[in-house]
Amino acid sequence: MSRFIYADNAATTPVSREVIDAMMPCFESEWGNPSSAHSMGISAKDMLDDARERIANVLGCSAGEIYFTSGGTEADNWAIRGAAMRMKAKGRTHIVTSKIEHPAVLRTCEALAKEGFDVSYVGVDKYGVIDLDELRSVVTDKTAVVAIMFANNEIGTIEPIEEIVEIAHAKGALMFTDAVQAVGNMDIDLSKIKVDMLALSGHKLHAPKGIGLLYIRKGVVIGNLIEGGGQEKRKRGGTENLPYIVGLARALELAKENMVHLPRVAAMRDRLISELTKIPYSSLNGHPTNRLPGLVNIGFEFIEGESMLLWLDMKGICASTGSACSSASLDASHVLLAIGVPHEKAHGSLRLSISKDTTEDDIDYIIENVAPIVEKLRNMSPLWEEIVKKEKVNL
Amino acid sequence: MKYSEKVMDHFTNPRNVGEIENADGVGVVGNAKCGDIMKMYLKIDENEVITDCKFKTFGCGAAIATSSMATELVKGHTVEEALKLTNSAVVEALDGLPAVKVHCSVLAEEAIKSAVADYYTKIGKPVDFELEDHDHDHDHVVED
Repeated sequence: MSRFIYADNAATTPVSREVIDAMMPCFESEWGNPSSAHSMGISAKDMLDDARERIANVLGCSAGEIYFTSGGTEADNWAIRGAAMRMKAKGRTHIVTSKIEHPAVLRTCEALAKEGFDVSYVGVDKYGVIDLDELRSVVTDKTAVVAIMFANNEIGTIEPIEEIVEIAHAKGALMFTDAVQAVGNMDIDLSKIKVDMLALSGHKLHAPKGIGLLYIRKGVVIGNLIEGGGQEKRKRGGTENLPYIVGLARALELAKENMVHLPRVAAMRDRLISELTKIPYSSLNGHPTNRLPGLVNIGFEFIEGESMLLWLDMKGICASTGSACSSASLDASHVLLAIGVPHEKAHGSLRLSISKDTTEDDIDYIIENVAPIVEKLRNMSPLWEEIVKKEKVNL
Repeated sequence: MKYSEKVMDHFTNPRNVGEIENADGVGVVGNAKCGDIMKMYLKIDENEVITDCKFKTFGCGAAIATSSMATELVKGHTVEEALKLTNSAVVEALDGLPAVKVHCSVLAEEAIKSAVADYYTKIGKPVDFELEDHDHDHDHVVED
């Protein structure tokens, strides 16, 4: 019996068959450049326009507000840098973000700080929810842009975006949200949520890696990041990645259709949380209810995350951790530290991100396997040894 | 992170895990903040031969594998020989480690030295070798 359970959908998702089928004509016959004046170009341009229109329909915005990028990271960089550059001319040289943003946002803000911008990093509560009072106190009429994520990639907490938008707009600042984890997992209607900019990435919702977009509300003007041949209304150069754009359009439509599965996914998530937190010295990271439907993050004390991942992988379960040792960066998760999890506990975090393709049987299998792995690793941990000795004394 | 077969073998079937009651030398290195702690126990006979060596490790796959390998490399050897164990010998015995994990082998070397230092202190012998205050700064390479 060899099992394979992919529970790392927050890292990336498999490209769905329907998305591949939608893209294939762009490789086989519709390979024209949308900028060309001949029939091949016109036909490619038609497909590009159609894809943009369909995406706009899903997101509740207009086609003219969508700018394709190479992915979420580029969209994050562009939104913040572009807004900062533009607003600087109006005397706005301050950027507000949070302590739990994706590195694409944090590193961009740090780079801008070196270039003379002031940056405020707003804190979060123990669940990872933005401190709105602190936010109100730092946003001023000097603030160019407020960059706060829609939902967190590590702990799954959903942020109060509408209130954040109000706070930013009250001071005339632009509001940008990285919605890379949220899109596809939540119903986001841009006709109702008044953010000025929103970033999303294809590979988190069953489209390929290397495609994403930045939504820029009509009337909002930001500087360019990538200059080129006049594509995307001269805002983002480079021949359009038509196959992936078509794939992204299909993936977003499917994500919208698949919203009906989210309550079932959330029920499986809650079962994972309630069963896994029965393990002694374990606790949920992130908000208990206001969280992404497929995302579970649990901290297990006295063990290290990479060891857990290696064992889970041998059991056929793909997961991830906020431990330093699993990533090339070798830093404990800045998100877990920001919500007040101590370093040693941050190293023992396990993130499971499930999808509509996960089954109840998969959940059973994960639950069955996690406890023995935690026990095995604790039995060789000197920290656990201390706890066991202390408990014996206390008996 | 891709590990060699030997690393995976020592990770999944670590040798000499446990504690030694009344050990002659115990060494603890690393810290929880960095995500790895190694504790080494040595049993040493009157000829200064390490007759038993056990470990407990809180850490990643490489930390567990290097601890396991280090115990194998010193068991049955003299204390003098154990002090000559280098981190690169541990890495070599494991058929290599990813570059970002080499610090785990340094920790294993330090853990052995620290246990020997404890033994020397106990028997009143001067600790005539260097013990690094192991606050290992990792190389920060790329973001995930």
